[in-house]
Amino acid sequence: MSTTIEPLPQPSGAGSPDDHGGYAARLLEVHKNYHLGEHVVRALRGVSIDFPHGDYVAIMGSSGSGKSTLLNLLGALDRPSSGEYILGGQYVSQLTDDDLSAIRNQLIGFIFQSYNLIPQYTVLENIQVPLNYRPGRRDISAEDTERCEFLAGQVGLADRLDHRPFQLSGGQQQRVAIARALVNNPEIILADEPTGNLDSTTEGEIMQLLGQLNEEGRTIIMVTHETSVARRAKRQIIMKDGLIASEGLFGVETEVK
Amino acid sequence: MSNTLRTVQLALKSLMLHKLRSGLTMLGIVFGVYSVIAMLAIGEGASLQAQQQVLALGATNVIVVSKKPPLDGSNNANGARVLQYGLLRSDYRLLVETLPTLLGAVPIREIPSETRYLQKQLNARVVGCTADYLDMNRLQLARGRFITDQDQSQMANVAVIASDVADTLFPFEDPVGKSIQVKESRYKVVGVTRARTASAAIGGSLSGQDFNKDIYIPLRTCEVRIGDLVVNRSSGSFSAEQVELNQITLRVGSVDDVLPTAEAVRESLERTHRNKQDYDVVVPLELLRQANQIRQIFNIVLGSIAAISLVVGGIGIMNIMLATVTERTREIGIRRALGARQSDIIQQFLTETIVLSGSGGLIGVLFGLLTPFAFSGLRWFVLNFVLEASATDSPTGRLFADLHPQIAWWSLPVAFGISVGIGIAFGIYPARSAARMDPIEALRHE
Ligand SMILES: Nc1ncnc2c1ncn2[C@@H]1O[C@H](COP(=O)(O)OP(=O)(O)O)[C@@H](O)[C@H]1O
Ligand SMILES: [Mg+2]
Repeated sequence: MSTTIEPLPQPSGAGSPDDHGGYAARLLEVHKNYHLGEHVVRALRGVSIDFPHGDYVAIMGSSGSGKSTLLNLLGALDRPSSGEYILGGQYVSQLTDDDLSAIRNQLIGFIFQSYNLIPQYTVLENIQVPLNYRPGRRDISAEDTERCEFLAGQVGLADRLDHRPFQLSGGQQQRVAIARALVNNPEIILADEPTGNLDSTTEGEIMQLLGQLNEEGRTIIMVTHETSVARRAKRQIIMKDGLIASEGLFGVETEVK
Repeated sequence: MSNTLRTVQLALKSLMLHKLRSGLTMLGIVFGVYSVIAMLAIGEGASLQAQQQVLALGATNVIVVSKKPPLDGSNNANGARVLQYGLLRSDYRLLVETLPTLLGAVPIREIPSETRYLQKQLNARVVGCTADYLDMNRLQLARGRFITDQDQSQMANVAVIASDVADTLFPFEDPVGKSIQVKESRYKVVGVTRARTASAAIGGSLSGQDFNKDIYIPLRTCEVRIGDLVVNRSSGSFSAEQVELNQITLRVGSVDDVLPTAEAVRESLERTHRNKQDYDVVVPLELLRQANQIRQIFNIVLGSIAAISLVVGGIGIMNIMLATVTERTREIGIRRALGARQSDIIQQFLTETIVLSGSGGLIGVLFGLLTPFAFSGLRWFVLNFVLEASATDSPTGRLFADLHPQIAWWSLPVAFGISVGIGIAFGIYPARSAARMDPIEALRHE
């Protein structure tokens, strides 16, 4: 690929005492149940999967199969009902709500299908949002702002810094979201149908950006319905009824028992 | 602290998203804060007015006034009876001789009477008094001299006239040296007093004392020339009153002596007057204390009314913030996903509420500063369009006309502080409910 967006410092986790150093994230027999009154929805029913550093994974599967649930768990937005989730060497189930916030802020960048920008903020302010929640709550410095402007430039929005989201096209909004996801230089990028609302040209541009991020060493896990999108990932996971049905490269799928 | 500044800036940005809604919500607080300041200013003004009036009577004075006793049936059976009541010259002598705390004492006889100079005439109040009267009532001379002890012992036919009398009878002349006619006698004018605003009510009546239509003559002269009997003939009916003294003003040396002296006066007069109920003892100091107490009650009542409007404003804020939180559920989810803690969300929404209520408070304070002007406008409107002329001149009308709101400076920071407090109190619940949302649910909202 052409230019890099922002090289990621090589993960230093390798060789750390907890033995999970080689992986960005690991799931062990993870279950997730939702309680709707008497009724229990078993959204995940024992998922085990490892994501090595620098992985690029597309999660596919029919609607309701548990893709979003899995992604939310990976993003530390929620804890498993049972099983273990090890993120950056830490057991998520043992962390407090504030710890999870810090992890989301530092380790993870989210990209959503509906962009999820804050409507009353400008492009620049949207990119800055994660900076407000850095550990220690440092003030936003001039260098920070410079970096945000740099990132905006990298996603092709240098001249739109003062625009508000409603003044941007879907593709541009998703670029803002990508810049925002990168601002704290996270190791993992989680994307839930990032091109779901975009036309195919824009889809291509966004996917190219994600590809670059992966080449820089970031782990990318994305949910998608499009084979054209999934094809760009290093490997594909198909989910079915809260379980991983098959895993592997396109065309050489292996059934998971 | 640039972070705080930034937080406030971003809060403003969110509030500007719904300008009308934020503005209307703020209005509740604006009016609340304004009414706190205005109410306290009016209360303060009223109490200042009362204090000044009472102090005009003299804080170290004890005033005894004659009053018509309540009529019993036998008295008004015959229309042609002479009603005899009030303070006696013997009362005056007894008080002066038996009270060691007195610094001064002035016996006063007041008789309304027509006065003439050449063709001009005026209904004045003839006041028989002694030399101390001038000081005791804080009157000042414009010209000439006041009545002296010598006038008294000589029963001189001299008079000191007040400003209105001088203006009416002597519009173009110097009154001093001229002779005026009062009842059957002529008196030589020896002095003129300065105009003075009416002082407070004595003896429970609301009407203040107007000193500007007075003619002062020596008490002994009054006794000899005019006498104690005053006869009123009006359209066929006839009434007569015999009164020796209308008032005795006593002065003591220090404020501490006032109440014991008043007590001694009451005991002494009770013994001589028994059950006649033809006098009142007025103690300005007591009135002052009452006025202060009334002020406190006033302030509490007015303050509570204003506080209610602040609480109503607070409820408005809470209502809007709850709506805002629901409306911005998704934003909350986004922020949580990007690393906001629950406490960050609380801080964000609380800041917005405080900015809202605080700026409302600030505007309210600014409006509050305009209270005296606003009240002038109100007074002008009431006096010109609401009250009839007679009502304007009534004691209550005058009370209103003379009322000048005084901004209590302490109320400005207090009212502003309360507005911020209201923001915190009514903002914490919406902020907490925002923070407690499940991030995933919040992200899925809409
Ligand atoms: N918050 C929730 N409460 C109840 N049920 C839920 C919740 N989130 C997801 N589910 C259920 O869990 C299952 C998996 O949902 P999801 O992970 O969103 O599927 P996908 O993203 O693959 O379409 C579905 O049956 C869905 O209805
Ligand atoms: Mg989904």
